[in-house]
Amino acid sequence: MTGTMPRWMGPLAMIAAAVVVLPIAATVARLDWSRAPELLTTPAAIGALTLSLATAAMSTGLCLLLGLPLGYALATWRSRLKPAVRALILAPLVLPPVVGGLALLYAFGRRGLVGEALEDAGISLAFTTAAVVLAQTFVAMPFMVLATESALGARAGHHEALAGTLGGSRTRTLWQITVPALRPALITGTVLAFARALGEFGATLTFAGSMPGVTRTLPLEIYLQRETDADAAVALAVLLVAVAVTVVALAYRPLAARPTDGAGR
Amino acid sequence: MSRPSALLGVTTALLLLPGCSSATADGDRQLTVYAAASLTHVFGELEQTYEAAHPGVDVVMVHGGSSELAATILEGAPADVFASANEAQMDAVRTEIATSPQVFATNTLTMIVEPGNPLGLSGLDDLAREDVASVVCAPQVPCGAATLDLASLIGVELAPSSQENSVTDVVGKVASGQADAGVVYVTEAQPSSGVQEVPLAGAAEVVSAYPIAAMAGGHSPDLGPSFVELVLSADGRAVLERAGFGAP
Repeated sequence: MTGTMPRWMGPLAMIAAAVVVLPIAATVARLDWSRAPELLTTPAAIGALTLSLATAAMSTGLCLLLGLPLGYALATWRSRLKPAVRALILAPLVLPPVVGGLALLYAFGRRGLVGEALEDAGISLAFTTAAVVLAQTFVAMPFMVLATESALGARAGHHEALAGTLGGSRTRTLWQITVPALRPALITGTVLAFARALGEFGATLTFAGSMPGVTRTLPLEIYLQRETDADAAVALAVLLVAVAVTVVALAYRPLAARPTDGAGR
Repeated sequence: MSRPSALLGVTTALLLLPGCSSATADGDRQLTVYAAASLTHVFGELEQTYEAAHPGVDVVMVHGGSSELAATILEGAPADVFASANEAQMDAVRTEIATSPQVFATNTLTMIVEPGNPLGLSGLDDLAREDVASVVCAPQVPCGAATLDLASLIGVELAPSSQENSVTDVVGKVASGQADAGVVYVTEAQPSSGVQEVPLAGAAEVVSAYPIAAMAGGHSPDLGPSFVELVLSADGRAVLERAGFGAP
């Protein structure tokens, strides 16, 4: 823990909190509590929530499976190209949602770079749940890669080196030394990736389409409901925020707060 | 789509900023027109006509989905004119209306396919075929409601792969090749979008009406009616017709 915060930072911190909290509080204030139970239990709402949780879980799994190796590779890679490659991998964070969707379309669409070959092989991603998972994985991956890379970068690697001299294989060292040490970072990455996947909207809409039960996740359902029933949109939005906040609150702890062997920042 | 909505948000924010609201630096007046996304090109032309006839007036166009525009107007956005793609949204803002709404154009539905129509699609019943990936507007938005009306009129059960939020999203899915066919307004079925039109039997029976009205909540309530007049004039009629809109 650093020392006591200078006094002048207090008001700035409060403004920062207000910028984030006020719009969410205003949304909750718009919620029509008497109609909420009915609005949240419509088949459309339950279907969208179920699809959102399932796809976000799948894409988070993919991010963990693929993002951990990529973060590891970036951390250990010695090259002048590294900053450029890292910046490229972070691109989904800054791409406007629609552009992300178009980019996926150009790659995996029926006439896309890879999509056309897949189509010829009889695999069509168009308008499938798999397309939703792909869109969410695309936008959520940077969180996992960054979390892994920065945590690994902060480790000196002595334990791994020692394990190596004792005859441990690289894989065994990974599972028994590195992964346990990275646990806090991996949890952070997983939680952030899940939250990002849950909120994914633009890429899904542009790339996967919007069909109840197949591709219409909760954010897409909110966008559509707003056309006819603003109360329903608000109720669903509050539900989405509640799910995300709960997940983050339960799983996320600041890295430094955990007793670790230097796996934190 | 979120691009127009983001634009709308930014535009609204700018309009709400004091100083940019009612007059520009040299004392020019500003007329703010909220118009359905399908009117973007037509109203762009009319904007130039209006500004040529009214020196010193700067027309600011805000385009988006009609229901989105209606919602922003109800939240206090300073609109002098509102042109909606359906009557329900005009009705939604009735408390803000200054002059009674008038229908100035109509639109009908058509089918769009890949240029050359490789699958040989000829009617709505082809959209129920298993090997055809079709997209339509969601029933919650005006073009989707009209599509459902037309399907039930013809007695066809559609089996879309996706129900899009706007007619432009449907065009996008067909133009990009993701979908084989889609149902859109005739005004959106332009060859320049990379799609080919297949006229639908019975489409003339399902007509969407576009109402326009001057609004009370803008910064130039005195100018609103003159823009409405232009849209309803013979000049306005001609521009609308060229874009494929029908007469009221």
